Amino acid sequence: MKRLPQIGFLADGRRLHLQDGPIDLIVEARGSEKSLRAAYRAAISRFTGLLDELCDELPLLRQAADPRACSLKGAIARRMHAAVAPFAAEHFITPMAAVAGSVAEEILGSMLDQASLTRAFVNNGGDVALHLAENEQFTVGMMDRPDKFGLMRTMIIDASDVSRGVATSGRHGRSFSLGIADAVTVLARTAAQADAAATIIANAVDLPGHPAIVRCPAQDLQPDSDLGVRLVTREVGLLAEFEIAVGLSAGAEKARTLLAAGLIDGAALHLQGETRVIALKRFGASVSTGASARVIESLIHA
Amino acid sequence: MLTDPPAAAEKIRCDACPVMCYIKPGAAGACDRYANHDGQLVRVDPHIVLERTVSHGGRLVPFQATGDWDGKIVQEQDVFVTAIGAGTTYPDYKPAPFIVSSEVDGVDMVTVVTEGIFSYCGVKVKIDTDRFLGPETATVRAQGEAVGHVTTSEYGSQMLSLGGVHHLTGGSKKEGRVTCDTLMDLSNCKPVELTIDGGATVVVQAGYPPIVNGVLEERMRVGCGSATIGMFAKQWHGKVDEVVVVDDHITGVLSEHQAGKVLDVADTGIKMKGRRSTPGRYFQVAEPGTGWGGTNISDPLAILGPFDPKVARPGMTVLMVSTTGEHAAYFELDEALKPIEKPMPADLKLSVERIQENCEPALCTVLFMGGAGGSLRAGVTDNPVRLTRSVKEALTRVTSGGAPVYVWPGGGITFMVDVRRLPAGAFGYVPTPALVAPIEFTLRLSDYAALGGHMDHVRPLASLKTNADARQVTAPQSLPEKRP
Repeated sequence: MKRLPQIGFLADGRRLHLQDGPIDLIVEARGSEKSLRAAYRAAISRFTGLLDELCDELPLLRQAADPRACSLKGAIARRMHAAVAPFAAEHFITPMAAVAGSVAEEILGSMLDQASLTRAFVNNGGDVALHLAENEQFTVGMMDRPDKFGLMRTMIIDASDVSRGVATSGRHGRSFSLGIADAVTVLARTAAQADAAATIIANAVDLPGHPAIVRCPAQDLQPDSDLGVRLVTREVGLLAEFEIAVGLSAGAEKARTLLAAGLIDGAALHLQGETRVIALKRFGASVSTGASARVIESLIHA
Repeated sequence: MLTDPPAAAEKIRCDACPVMCYIKPGAAGACDRYANHDGQLVRVDPHIVLERTVSHGGRLVPFQATGDWDGKIVQEQDVFVTAIGAGTTYPDYKPAPFIVSSEVDGVDMVTVVTEGIFSYCGVKVKIDTDRFLGPETATVRAQGEAVGHVTTSEYGSQMLSLGGVHHLTGGSKKEGRVTCDTLMDLSNCKPVELTIDGGATVVVQAGYPPIVNGVLEERMRVGCGSATIGMFAKQWHGKVDEVVVVDDHITGVLSEHQAGKVLDVADTGIKMKGRRSTPGRYFQVAEPGTGWGGTNISDPLAILGPFDPKVARPGMTVLMVSTTGEHAAYFELDEALKPIEKPMPADLKLSVERIQENCEPALCTVLFMGGAGGSLRAGVTDNPVRLTRSVKEALTRVTSGGAPVYVWPGGGITFMVDVRRLPAGAFGYVPTPALVAPIEFTLRLSDYAALGGHMDHVRPLASLKTNADARQVTAPQSLPEKRP
């Protein structure tokens, strides 16, 4: 029997939950009843078999991206490559760094092909592809540590903004990080671009050689990791205030470079309770998650 | 670890999805859902439920039997559909993630499977030791935070009551978090170090002997000092003039004890400290502690007064032994009627070993206790109180991870379960903080409909059998049982 993804609505009956292997999507659309049905049907249809399609090219997707040429075939694989290619000349990066955002974009695209929606998002484990019709907006809630509640900040993206992708990377997520950031959240034109850039910026938040940082070859943890023998961050001990500042500055410098190159629209970097914000104009003050009556539409965590 | 089979040290290849991850022992695949446990591919869905983040409401993780149900409502030995990994409904009042029906002997049975979030929960810990762990009501701490208290002593055991809503949510944030961690570790049969105010530090792990102040407790006492005299009087008769069994509760003295009288054991003129209860039985010969028989003494002679010169005579022999046989010494009275320690004769040594042999292995046992609240019950039926009534009337059987539970009489559904009877890793937590524990309700389909069950969500058992996510586990059956 063909392996089928898990499909279901969440408790609110509004958001669609799609899961297959390591892919876990939350999808929500707004529009007419008819449009919603068409959109969700399209999402489910596109999602079925999507993982197999990616896995067909998995060995190549796990290799360092060529900054100039792409020999990948699949639409998602090619999008992944395109998102990481701008970084590939300077950094080691594989198309896998953009897999989550690229999948989110693909599903959102399939929905928009079949239905007219006022607003929609596909959240792939914190990497979000957005659609906003005129006058619509989207509020992103951020927490730097998914295992802790605590102060949370919000960002608002509205239809007049150019950003349609939000992604978060850091050392607490499922994928490994070469840096020490708890979380780096990036806004970019597309989810795939945001995904790749968040990886690069999170890697740049670092204090090389610091004794409180425990690192380990990625392949010792996951034999087939695309990062091979590269050292990934396992633990970060308590850092002094100035060390946090130095680590964040390294990441912020990288973020500003990417901003100048037009690769990102903004970023928020988190390390041990400190936050550095680059070019986010509607970056909300801290809100207490318990007291806020505001509807947080998507919680992003690393 | 030298005896590990070679397979355990090797990575395995997961075939749950086309990513086909290689997974090292002890690690999980890219999805964090499947892991390599001693060379075996296992499903390890996290029990961590982040409120207000992604609810896994739609995802069903049944654990199924290899065959059909045997028709019994009570499923103790067999493999059973459990709630572990089923996801939970809190705080949403929607149907439990997983409602399974199965036709048994023409009667449709329903098991409503959910993972309950228990803010009102805790563990009762029974520690088999006579050693003094701390005064009653003393605060029990983990990592310096108050997580519970010492409660009443039971036979041969010290009892702790840990957790509860006041420690989980009534204190500081850290207190809540540490309490939650402590409860979860104890419930998942992991070791936890507890420190008792004005008492001992004890390492507790369900199914293992306690470690009190760094010393592994091996045995429970055979009985109190008086009971020990009764049990062994005949074996001592004629081999020694006097025996004192040192015990924190009741210290026994052979010559004065009823058992000695029956055997015509002569008076020895021994003088005990402490408060005499009945002949040959003494309370409070010393303070409680971690020395002889749960007292604070290391020199047994400290509990004796001078021998009565009118009765005692030089050369008289005295055996002093603790209730576990762990401590023992043999004395002879010198010319001044002072007891002098001498090597113990072989037949008395044998009697001490016999005491040791009759002491059961000391264990820590942990009962999880929680109350099924309104929202959890609402996940099962749209009229929650009917579920309570149905449980009370024994129409609905409650289990936790397939393990039998004791449902406390009175209002609500407050149950206790021996954590060792649940599959490994059955308990989780949410950051509220509160514990996540599996709970299942099994009842006749007709009864389920009658109490307002979510009939439209009932799925036949057969529909689960094709589900690739099902994990089969065998219920732990042979717990180390104690003999009387």
